[in-house]
Amino acid sequence: MGDPLTFRTDGAHEEPAVTLDSFLDQSNATAVRLEPGEDARALLPYLDRLALVEVAFPAFRDGRGYSAARILRESGYTGELRAQGDVLVDQLAYMRRCGFDSFAPEKPLDPAVVKTSLERYEHPYQATIDGRAPIWKLRHG
Amino acid sequence: MYQYDTYDQSAVDARVEEFRDQVARRLSGALSEDQFKPLRLMNGLYLQLHAYMLRVAVPYGTLSGQQMHMLAHIARKYDRGYGHFTTRQNIQYNWIKLDEAPDILAELATVEMHAIQTSGNCIRNISSDQYAGAAADEVADPRPWAELLRQWSSFHPEFSYLPRKFKICVIASAEDRAAMRLHDIGIELVKRDGVLGGRIFAGGGMGRTPMIAPEIKDFVAADDLLSYLEAALRVYNRHGRRDNIYKARIKILIHEIGAKEYKRQVEEEFAHVKTLGIDPPLAEFDRIAAFFAPPAWEQGLSDDLDLSDPDFRLWVDQNVIAHQTPGYAIANISLKPIGGIPGDASADQIDLMADLATRYSFDELRVTHAQNIVLPHVKKADLYTIWQALDEAGLATANLDLISDIIACPGLDYCSLANARSIPLAQKIGQRFADPERQRDLGELKLKISGCINACGHHHAGHIGILGVDRKGTENYQLLFGGSGAEDVSLAKIIGPGFSEDGVVDAIEKATDVYKALRTDGERFVDTYRRVGMDPFKEAIYG
Amino acid sequence: MKILTGNDLASGDVVWWTGESWSRHVEDSVDVNEHGEAIARAEEGARRVNVPYVIEAQATPEGPRPAHIKDRIRALGPTIRPDLTLKPADPDAGNWVI
Repeated sequence: MGDPLTFRTDGAHEEPAVTLDSFLDQSNATAVRLEPGEDARALLPYLDRLALVEVAFPAFRDGRGYSAARILRESGYTGELRAQGDVLVDQLAYMRRCGFDSFAPEKPLDPAVVKTSLERYEHPYQATIDGRAPIWKLRHG
Repeated sequence: MYQYDTYDQSAVDARVEEFRDQVARRLSGALSEDQFKPLRLMNGLYLQLHAYMLRVAVPYGTLSGQQMHMLAHIARKYDRGYGHFTTRQNIQYNWIKLDEAPDILAELATVEMHAIQTSGNCIRNISSDQYAGAAADEVADPRPWAELLRQWSSFHPEFSYLPRKFKICVIASAEDRAAMRLHDIGIELVKRDGVLGGRIFAGGGMGRTPMIAPEIKDFVAADDLLSYLEAALRVYNRHGRRDNIYKARIKILIHEIGAKEYKRQVEEEFAHVKTLGIDPPLAEFDRIAAFFAPPAWEQGLSDDLDLSDPDFRLWVDQNVIAHQTPGYAIANISLKPIGGIPGDASADQIDLMADLATRYSFDELRVTHAQNIVLPHVKKADLYTIWQALDEAGLATANLDLISDIIACPGLDYCSLANARSIPLAQKIGQRFADPERQRDLGELKLKISGCINACGHHHAGHIGILGVDRKGTENYQLLFGGSGAEDVSLAKIIGPGFSEDGVVDAIEKATDVYKALRTDGERFVDTYRRVGMDPFKEAIYG
Repeated sequence: MKILTGNDLASGDVVWWTGESWSRHVEDSVDVNEHGEAIARAEEGARRVNVPYVIEAQATPEGPRPAHIKDRIRALGPTIRPDLTLKPADPDAGNWVI
């Protein structure tokens, strides 16, 4: 296990995440784990009580979690959004742009490389929900 | 042509440094090959049969003389003096060293070029009509749309780990010169009530399961385009198959759930995405479009041509196309000399084409999906001088769209995925039909060769297609008839048992004999085949 | 016989396992018997080779010759550019490849 990495000021949520099925059955859970094939939109009715959504990346090549993250953020989710699993340093910047604000990588990440990777691109081409102004917006004020 | 501003330049420069860092981490062992592979692929770097191969993007097939010179420079300095133009309108180099790749990208960046997303499971280089901005039949120049998509798709945070690669094509005429409906998403620009918009097709492709893209939307306005594509890609990213690499393309998803259901899901997602404000204002579209304003045409030029030189006349007849502006023409440079390697050009030839573009074609060149080069805007009065220069350099083969204008993938001579060689077969077919009169008599005949089922040589879309397979360790070739990548799009069918290399050349010759015997006036090979069916051809070939 | 091949990590050159190190010439290959996978793992781990794999080959008086056409082409170079092969000066060098 690598060290967890958080970009939230309130720190990482401690309650263990339950599976989506358990979460939907249990009215009091506040943390849920989403597997790649599971529908993030199933969580939309419960965003208010969710403090943590942990999105699983069993294999780094499986990019469904990026869409899951954006869907949750676009729908107003403000709790912790954690990428867990085969999370590689070269993916962090894209994950941040999709709304992930914490990471639980299986293998340790080099903090220096993390920092460089996240600061690499000054401006993005696309508008996402990460609050950064896309290049087209900068061009047209 | 589009020119980078500081934002574009800084993004491309950042990418160079990112890749330099990734290569260093690979060489130090911090990255395993498994982890590094998708990163290098997203910078166009493959490990092929003999070495690393670098695929450099030529966005929508357009480049300047200066950029073309850079391609020659890279061929000389980092490769072995040549490059290979591809069916995706890009160029690739076959003998690249990993530790030099970052330097190559840095040199490319100095002329606003890159290798970003020329491979990998992401949105690839946007392809387009090679005659954009010059064709007499276009409703608009498709390149501003393609450039808008280039920027949107570059470093897309959500769509860089898709189930599989994703190819988008934009054209702007009813005649399809870019195999638009054989793309994951094809966009045909159309005018509705005076407003330009895109007609959207999705789920086309070649590979082992060829499909023609069905229409999923009849009109998307410019200021909805990115939202719409974002929705289309999101549905694919979420629901495209990831259990089987051969079923991971969007065509399989659309085939399995049906175009109607896919469209419904995209519309639903679009209704949501459109609320997010991710579409640039039309001012951004206009900013990009201004770069593609027509050059300052000279007025009052003559359309007359002195065709007294018979070789020149042949070249004009075959390779020169009507331009939208009086006095100008579109000149195709064939990279298919008889007996040559389809799509290859030496550094010297690349330099020469660059010089001709600068001097005679408003500094513009195009790369075509048929692996040829175009000088899009030349004065008719300059054609003879251009032809003489090309002829001297071995670049004046007058065979555009004829049987020797063969599309061929690199095949087993270079490619680690190939099962059979493509290039020697292309050479033999070219030699068999070398006589210019014989070729011209056969008329338009699009022959396309792939060395494996991945179909990089577009064999499904050939009037005559050839697929190389491995039969117990020996190269074997299947013959297919009746495909087209044009507006009469169709998928070729296998005619029967396969052949040896020489056998397939003989079979093609027999097929052309059948065509000559059965054709009616004006019929192309593919028209006759469609009319009479496969039987007469099979009978002649298998007897 | 079984021989081990791969590409050099930095240069990408096709290389062959000689029993001690890696050579650009297939003729230098040795029979790895059942040890191929273990050697491949160790050598790849040490980054002395990239993507190594074991192939079948025949022993000939000229040295080992890969059984499959793909590796025979790898061993010499593209068949359509003799000038770019390992033996550009020898017109007969490719006779055993195809």
